[in-house]
Amino acid sequence: MDDTIKVLVIDYGMGNLRSICNALRYLGAEPILVNIPSKLKAKKIVIPGVGAFGDGTNNLGPFIPKIKEFLSTDLPLMGICLGMQMLFESSEESPGAKGLAAMNGKIVKIPTKLKLPHIGWNYLEIKKRTCPLFNGVNDGYVYFAHSYHVSPKEDGVAATTDYGCKVTASVWKNNIFGTQFHPEKSGPVGLRILKNFLEL
Amino acid sequence: MFCHRIIPCLDCDLAVPQGRVVKGIEFKRIRYAGAPWRLAKRYYEEGADEIVFLDITASHERRETMTKVIERTSENVFVPLTVGGGIRTIGDARKVFNAGADKVAINTAAIKNPNLISELAKYFGSQACVVAIDAKSRSVSSPKKAGDKIVIKTPRGFCWYECSIYGGRKFTGVDAIRWALEAERRGAGEIMLTSMDKDGTTEGYDISLTRTVSEKLSIPVIASGGCGNPKHMLEVFKRTQASAALAASIFHYETYGIKEVKEYLAKRRIAIRPE
Repeated sequence: MDDTIKVLVIDYGMGNLRSICNALRYLGAEPILVNIPSKLKAKKIVIPGVGAFGDGTNNLGPFIPKIKEFLSTDLPLMGICLGMQMLFESSEESPGAKGLAAMNGKIVKIPTKLKLPHIGWNYLEIKKRTCPLFNGVNDGYVYFAHSYHVSPKEDGVAATTDYGCKVTASVWKNNIFGTQFHPEKSGPVGLRILKNFLEL
Repeated sequence: MFCHRIIPCLDCDLAVPQGRVVKGIEFKRIRYAGAPWRLAKRYYEEGADEIVFLDITASHERRETMTKVIERTSENVFVPLTVGGGIRTIGDARKVFNAGADKVAINTAAIKNPNLISELAKYFGSQACVVAIDAKSRSVSSPKKAGDKIVIKTPRGFCWYECSIYGGRKFTGVDAIRWALEAERRGAGEIMLTSMDKDGTTEGYDISLTRTVSEKLSIPVIASGGCGNPKHMLEVFKRTQASAALAASIFHYETYGIKEVKEYLAKRRIAIRPE
């Protein structure tokens, strides 16, 4: 019997999907790229993505009803970087653009005096130890590349990092997981986080 | 704590089927360090924070080889990969992104067509667009004698810096410091700043140039050119606002391992990623 874990990766035309697929494959899973909303049938979904919030939500638009349907089944979904930001309601980056609103809150510019974009490796401070993504992850550094983030006042913040101010690194609500950092580019720590997602 | 990045750079000769890393030149003989993907994997395992591949052959026929190199590398290297050399269009960039690259570094094409910076930023995001600048110092007798050029004080006297293109073979008259500012304004996510005076010397980074550019810009600056030992990295992180230090020969010749360099920096209280 084929017991390979299949993960559906939504291809909505925003950025590099190869890295996330390589990481999933490396961990023994089978990534399935889907660019047609009607084919969105899966046990696990990853929404990757880099770029601007407005372009992202625009492109993701046709998938939104299916994603919402998926979320109501309690199966796990993970948003990465822009893919995580779009789980929220709106963003300062693209006024008027509407996110999935699967989580409450909005995306704001990082209020730091340090250089932006926040590009590079930063220390992960895990706030919710019970979050299954961080099983076996004690300390660790992960790779970020962004200028906007989820306001850390929001509920559901599972991990933060310090970049001259508190920056949201990860969110979690029920079956919805999000990382602002790129686990597929964060060495062994990132792979462990992805593996935890696969084992959900 | 936010970390300074240590970035090994692979100068790739893609005229052979799998490509090969050019290690350096000794007694006029070019020395090679093996297949790029193999070296990249080793550096990843040793703790490299990012890996840069520069196509030093940079001709159209060899673009396919770079694609293969990146495809193969990205299968088991999970840190950001940057590709530079000969990327002229959005289409060129898309090919390397599709192969698994995370960023492209553009130099000649950006100077010739600055719109390419904003286009790359628009299509792939600023974080994917690195503008590489090869800067050569030009001495002047006084800061007032260089027209509109930005003149800085260096240990060698007053200088402005000129951008060079085509891998250092052609000079443009463009002020490198002003160009860095323009690249930022146009949407570059990072600047890879190479000192042509220091490149290949192993005497250390150009501190005056790196300090000036990293202080004037709000985007990250990658210091490049001249690294001969871990002390040079310490110096560039202590005396400038550089976010990352790039080096080639010290790693290829195995003079220093990446791990060793990182331990050296950590002991001297530079924030780096352990592992």
